[in-house]
Amino acid sequence: MSARAHAPSERDPAQQAAHFRHVLRLADTSLVLGQRLGEWVGHAPALEEDLGLANLALDLIGQARLLLTYAGELEGRGRDEDALAFLRDAPEFVNLTLAEQPNGDFGHTIVRQWLIDAWQLEIYQGLLGSADSRLGAIAAKALKETRYHHRFSSGWLIRLGDGTRESHDRVQAALDCLWRFSAELFCADEVDERMQAAAIAPALAELAPRWSARIDEDLAAATLTRPAAQPYPWHGRRGVHTEHLGHMLAEMQHLQRTYPGVRW
Amino acid sequence: MSEDWPLYEVFIRSRSGLEHKHVGSVHAADARMAIEHARDVYTRRQEGVSLWVVRSADIIASDPEEADALFEPARDKVYRHPTFYAIPEEVKNL
Repeated sequence: MSARAHAPSERDPAQQAAHFRHVLRLADTSLVLGQRLGEWVGHAPALEEDLGLANLALDLIGQARLLLTYAGELEGRGRDEDALAFLRDAPEFVNLTLAEQPNGDFGHTIVRQWLIDAWQLEIYQGLLGSADSRLGAIAAKALKETRYHHRFSSGWLIRLGDGTRESHDRVQAALDCLWRFSAELFCADEVDERMQAAAIAPALAELAPRWSARIDEDLAAATLTRPAAQPYPWHGRRGVHTEHLGHMLAEMQHLQRTYPGVRW
Repeated sequence: MSEDWPLYEVFIRSRSGLEHKHVGSVHAADARMAIEHARDVYTRRQEGVSLWVVRSADIIASDPEEADALFEPARDKVYRHPTFYAIPEEVKNL
């Protein structure tokens, strides 16, 4: 099925480029976060959590595959999911900066996961009624997975926050450390505005208060303190990354880069 | 960490099954976590549509020492099996 059948109004190259970029951003956030979670395999605090984190990772990589394949079709340059995942350099990745942050301790991983789960809940919910029916269908599948992800991450946030003195202090420290990346979550640029105008994506400004209310509700249950708002110096969605992404990609892409075209 | 967590027994009802069957156990801090762990460990391949978990400590088991007294008496009562009846030809679905 051609991409054009789903988005009939895209005669305009700028609109098509924005559409590609929008789908690629969603894909990259899922891919990068999935890869990070995969780093826990064999290292989680308990066997059950090891499998739990791996399940989350596989859901996210599954989302990334659907989204990357679609992005490749929208781009129309013959790049498939593997070319997009394994043969792009860091400046070409357009994930949320938050997703690429290192795992840290378990509390750190949980805070990162929870902030993005709450974001994806709003994003995917908002995409259900998209004028782009294929994107809407991907969002519907991802939303079910994301509801479980949020149940998992908010459950752990509350356990750790409202747990022992040490677990509370550690998870609060993780929140204080990662909060500076949250400003990027709902910061709209020209791509977002074009997508909103075409009814392909929801208005980020309308999603932000709902995300914020969910965050406050979980933080209250976890007896954690919301850090003060901080200015927005992060631009992962525009391809400007922290140093961490390059190291992560070096590992993720090692095999394809060393043996181009190798198959399993 | 998991040594601090009590053990829960996990039961799954499969899509086509009518009853929950015991499949194994997980460690978890409480009931909610036990359900999540059971989901993550035992339903990765669509094994089921419903989960039960129960604290292993809450299961009352028969004593192996008493196995003879409990189960041996049934051994020589084969007439309890419904294998002594001639089934009429017309009955198809017994």
